[in-house]
Amino acid sequence: MTKSEMAEKLAEKVNVKKQQAEDIINIFTNSIIEALAKGDKVEIRGFGSFRVRDRAEKEGRNPKTGEKVHVPSKKVPFFKTGKDFREIVDRGLPRDQSSE
Amino acid sequence: MTKIDIINRVAEQTGLPRQDADTAIETIIALIKDSLARDEPVILRRFGSFQTRVKNPRLGRNPKTGEEAEISARKVVRFKAGKYFKSSVNGTS
Repeated sequence: MTKSEMAEKLAEKVNVKKQQAEDIINIFTNSIIEALAKGDKVEIRGFGSFRVRDRAEKEGRNPKTGEKVHVPSKKVPFFKTGKDFREIVDRGLPRDQSSE
Repeated sequence: MTKIDIINRVAEQTGLPRQDADTAIETIIALIKDSLARDEPVILRRFGSFQTRVKNPRLGRNPKTGEEAEISARKVVRFKAGKYFKSSVNGTS
């Protein structure tokens, strides 16, 4: 599912124009990005939590040339799946034929 | 930050009634969960993508008793952050 497909379904459900539905999706994702950029975390019950994890520096290799390169430490966004989401994915639902 | 804060931002920035902002956020979350439960990835550019991954069964240990136990095969969610999201948390965007 792409943002555009999500916006169509959301527009139907909330009875707004597709453009406004896209705006809402952008507010959702931007809120999460901004919170993590500030070092904050985002917790959504039944869905999961987003937080920043630190990756230590390491010596890597350029896979093409085999040359050694230094990879500096950095921060990465991390999503931990919530219990309900984890369970519904493991159990699975039949594939939706209509959306393919 | 929690869901309430996101709902408040949606209401503020769109002018929608709070009830509608609430329904909208609940719907987005439900759509993502539903799509993944059907094994269909969700791709939101700049932000990132959610997809399912199959984990093979493996032997684990009960950390309390030290006993070996098989961890069964299962399907898990993987979120891969987009370029913009990654650079944002490193303060380079």
